Amino acid sequence: MTDSSNRKLAMRVDHVSKNFPVLSGSGNSTGDTFCVFQNVNFDVHEGEFISMVGHSGCGKSTLLNIMAGFDRPSSGGIIVDGKEVTEPGLDRMVVFQSFALMPWLTCFDNVRVAVRSAHPDWSSPEIDEHTQKYIDVMGLTGSEKKRPAMLSGGMRQRVGIARAFCVNPKVLLLDEPFAQIDALTRGVIQDELMTMWQKTNATVFMVTHDVDEAILLSDRIALMSNGPEAELAKIIDVNIPRPRTRQQMIESPEYTRVRNHILKFLISHQKNGTAPPEQNNSASTNSTSSAAGDSPQKVSV
Amino acid sequence: MKALFYKYKLGTKLMSFGLLALLLFVWHLSTTAGAFSADGKTDDEIMLMEMNGEIIPDPDNKGQYINNPDKVATFPGPMRVVEKIYAEFSNPFHRKGTNDHGIGWLILYTLGVFAIGYIAASLCGILLGVLIGLSRTLFEVLNPFLQVLKPISPVAWMPLLLYTVQDGKWVAILVVFLASLWPTVANTAFGVSNIREDYLRVASLLQFSWFRRFFTVILPGAAPAIVSGLRISFVSALVAIVPAEMLLGELGVGYNIWMEWNNLDIAGVIFAVLVFGAMGFILDSLLDRFAKGVSFVE
Repeated sequence: MTDSSNRKLAMRVDHVSKNFPVLSGSGNSTGDTFCVFQNVNFDVHEGEFISMVGHSGCGKSTLLNIMAGFDRPSSGGIIVDGKEVTEPGLDRMVVFQSFALMPWLTCFDNVRVAVRSAHPDWSSPEIDEHTQKYIDVMGLTGSEKKRPAMLSGGMRQRVGIARAFCVNPKVLLLDEPFAQIDALTRGVIQDELMTMWQKTNATVFMVTHDVDEAILLSDRIALMSNGPEAELAKIIDVNIPRPRTRQQMIESPEYTRVRNHILKFLISHQKNGTAPPEQNNSASTNSTSSAAGDSPQKVSV
Repeated sequence: MKALFYKYKLGTKLMSFGLLALLLFVWHLSTTAGAFSADGKTDDEIMLMEMNGEIIPDPDNKGQYINNPDKVATFPGPMRVVEKIYAEFSNPFHRKGTNDHGIGWLILYTLGVFAIGYIAASLCGILLGVLIGLSRTLFEVLNPFLQVLKPISPVAWMPLLLYTVQDGKWVAILVVFLASLWPTVANTAFGVSNIREDYLRVASLLQFSWFRRFFTVILPGAAPAIVSGLRISFVSALVAIVPAEMLLGELGVGYNIWMEWNNLDIAGVIFAVLVFGAMGFILDSLLDRFAKGVSFVE
């Protein structure tokens, strides 16, 4: 994935800015606005996995919401498949940090409602069969009849990923998908996500706080400067050959290079003093050894 | 054995029964009149009491008197109420004229009025609540009306209802309807407007039609709040039906309470009150089952 410039365009983020109204103490609009991020401009190519990393408050999740159509940009726009995004749709499925599974539906039905929406002309057995295929790929076989409340966070996010992939969207949007999953399970599901991505040739945009996660999964990593008035600082290519394993990744000099690059960027942006004060504590590479023996050191940012 | 004991909560049930037995015993003791004693009473006083029918000659002991069992001025004890229950349920479906219906008919009549009013109010309440919950504008427009209508006791409408509807049965149904409407409307609107944003986002991602969104996301998402509204409505309707039936004097268990009071049959009043308690208990446990069926764990 070194040369992505000659591949087909999946999504264009065209000079997107987002302003929020400034609220007075009583919650009323003061008429002023402040800019979260401005002029964000990049292309996502078909089959590409691109991640966005940045400090809290840089507007990563807001940008993802704009891509999904949950929110509107203040200026600029998102173009998917030649059309500007104005509302949510099946061509841009989201994997939510909070899983967002309907607690009154079984796992199977949570995936099935998506399949049914994407293929309204299919018969019931066809829908079931397609649903089962994605349930099986995500290792959910045997849990079909369980409700989300009976499942661990990891299992729930597997359902979330199955639901997003099963409609074969143009672009998949992952909003910190592993943030609420314990470290041991996280690695396993990251591998499953990689497998799913390679099988389906999906185009993925992921927002994350986890640098190692970004390096493991991504072809390119977009770095945001700090908000307010955050900007897309740079996009780094990750030239680690695929299929990747964690072992290969740690041993690769490319991994060390990319990781250092990103960490330097993030630390330098924390020291600029624009970041909220509570983050300054973690500024000195707050690296802790991960519980999973074979996985690299986790750096929380 | 021990598992069964805990499964059916036998310990607490035993304690409940023990408390019931204790209360009945205290009731029994406090309502038992002492045997008649002629000590300290002049012959004139005894003659007056006999003429008033308070005492009768003892059939076993010549020259002695006992309390007249047919005219006991004291509050009835539990045994009298049990006798009344037995008498009423041994022939529950008799009909002797317009005023003397068996308790079975009365219960069925009250249940019918209650069911029609409550179910109609629940359907209207859920529909109205969903509309208000979905539309901020509609909420702003209708909220003042709701705030004014909500605190009005449903019984307060009765003169107007009698004047317009006239038919007593329909007046009772409408009182139940009004009593059970507002809590369902308010809770449904609250439940619908507080459905988690995530679920609505999923619905919009999957491009659900209005109907599919309604039945797949909104109704199940708001179900716990709707059911709690239905339960409040249920109690409020059961509370309202008693004075409505008393005032209307048509039929029903509430009417029966007043009839027994007119007959000065206190045991009958207690019996009718207990029938209300039992009806509420049985209906509430049915509602509880329904509530468990539609609730979910996040």
